[in-house]
Amino acid sequence: MSITPPQVAVGESAAPVVRLAAVDKVFSRGGQPTTTALEGIDLEIARGEFVSLIGPSGCGKSTLLRVIGDLVPPTRGDVIVNGKPAERARRDRDYGMVFQAPVLFEWRTVEDNVKLPLEILGRGASERAARAAEMLQLVELGEFAKHYPYQLSGGMQQRVAIARALSFEPAILLMDEPFGALDEMTRERMNSEVLRIWERTGTTIVFVTHSIPEAVFLSSRVVVMSARPGRITDIVTIDLPRPRTEETRESRRYFELVTAVREGLRAGGGLEADDATVASAERTLAEGGVR
Amino acid sequence: MTSATATGGSFGRLEPAVPATRGRRRSIVTFVAVVAIVLFVWEGVKFLGGVPWREPGALPGSPVLWNPPFRWAFASDLKLPHVWNIALALGQPWQRGADINLAQYLFGAAIYTWREAVIGFAFGALLGLLLATIFVHVRLLERALVPYVIASQTIPIIALAPMIVFAIGQGVLAVVIIATYLTFFPVTIAMIRGLRSVDPRALELMRSYAASTAEIYWKVRLPASLPYLFTALKISATASIVGAIIGEDTGAIQAGLGRVISTFNQYYATGPEKLWTAILAAALLGIAFFSVIRAAEILVLRGRPEAAAG
Repeated sequence: MSITPPQVAVGESAAPVVRLAAVDKVFSRGGQPTTTALEGIDLEIARGEFVSLIGPSGCGKSTLLRVIGDLVPPTRGDVIVNGKPAERARRDRDYGMVFQAPVLFEWRTVEDNVKLPLEILGRGASERAARAAEMLQLVELGEFAKHYPYQLSGGMQQRVAIARALSFEPAILLMDEPFGALDEMTRERMNSEVLRIWERTGTTIVFVTHSIPEAVFLSSRVVVMSARPGRITDIVTIDLPRPRTEETRESRRYFELVTAVREGLRAGGGLEADDATVASAERTLAEGGVR
Repeated sequence: MTSATATGGSFGRLEPAVPATRGRRRSIVTFVAVVAIVLFVWEGVKFLGGVPWREPGALPGSPVLWNPPFRWAFASDLKLPHVWNIALALGQPWQRGADINLAQYLFGAAIYTWREAVIGFAFGALLGLLLATIFVHVRLLERALVPYVIASQTIPIIALAPMIVFAIGQGVLAVVIIATYLTFFPVTIAMIRGLRSVDPRALELMRSYAASTAEIYWKVRLPASLPYLFTALKISATASIVGAIIGEDTGAIQAGLGRVISTFNQYYATGPEKLWTAILAAALLGIAFFSVIRAAEILVLRGRPEAAAG
């Protein structure tokens, strides 16, 4: 895995990590289809890419993330991850998940939270300890290993969640508005942090957000979606130089790209539409889907 | 279950607000204050409307120390003995010619009852946990059987206890079964709730690790349910003692607090203090068992933000 991820265009170089072909997702209640959350989604994500999914709430971006991660089955279409069906990829532990809330287990110390996936993968105790220490070092929380989650701030908890997601070296990291609950200052800091981690690990990242600046700052490509039904309306390639720093946020090209994404959203009706139906369907799913 | 309070902002470490020891000290002070108030009201009633006060343990006819202005029937020495006479009775032989005093006798009886209660409690807790685990995983069984679990608790234990004794014969086993019967219910109901108290995203997370149902149970559902379990166990601890006492009484066990209470009840007219001491012993036993569970709770839930409370 390379230190500087390639700026790959669709279909270029090696086989894509994620390939979605004609994916539809229709939510139904009592056998009756109620909401079309996703329609005709075609998307390829290359190895080492950082792809953001952006769109108004209810555009199905979280559903799309869950379809990629096999947390939600698509109604139609193919989801191929690492050359195999998404379910197989999940069984092979190809996914790391990070949600908007850290979802740390309060009865486990920071260190033991990071070890949890390794326990499930059946790794030995010494390997678990070594990996956890390494991951906590990566997110700069090494000295908090023995703390409990409630003793940490929200930003620190989210870094623990990232360390946990990366602990078993998944091929692809799925992040669902991971910094949505943080204040602006912490959020910008976390953005730099996640970029640093991405550059060091070379993991492919799919990142759901509703923040245009965040998407532009982080991504190699921004996938713009519209609501009702959820569709991909535009894909903006972000050609900002790396490494990206605070100066990147003040460059002319950055503003041009922010504008491009904003116009993409507007063209898709994204900046006015707010489909409450899909939003509530997604919420229902997120809250009770896999129970 | 998660620490989802993503308040962000500071990267510094946040300390727990109140040290646990201060809360504990406050609860001891409160307990002592409540006992003092009960004693004050008890003797206050006797001061206003009891029979004439004499020296502690004195016979009728000895000098009167205080003559209350009223005569209330419920405040007589038979119905509401002086607290010091109850205390003095503890130091007397438990019956004429006995070589141990009442306190020692009650202590032995309480230990006997406690042993039965603990066995019933353990069986009841395990049964409750097992039922809740089945119900949480098999919706069909939950819908089919939970109404019967609830109905089982509407049958008065007084009616059921003789039937259990009749069915399996007099003996400690019957007592244990009665204690179990009173214990499993709170655990079942609380654990159905507790095992479901998991953040749905935690389940998504476990699904993304391709974790098995058993791994989800042991690593997420059960740990997340522990606060619910301990709440139920604290209820069950006292219920198991009530069950054991009723069982001893019905099953004609020749030892234990159940036996002591029924005996002292028969001879109440000649020694009302003794029944009060037996009630006191049963209450202290309940508090002691409750405290043991509470201590286990503090130990097991240490590190969790809510452990210092309740």
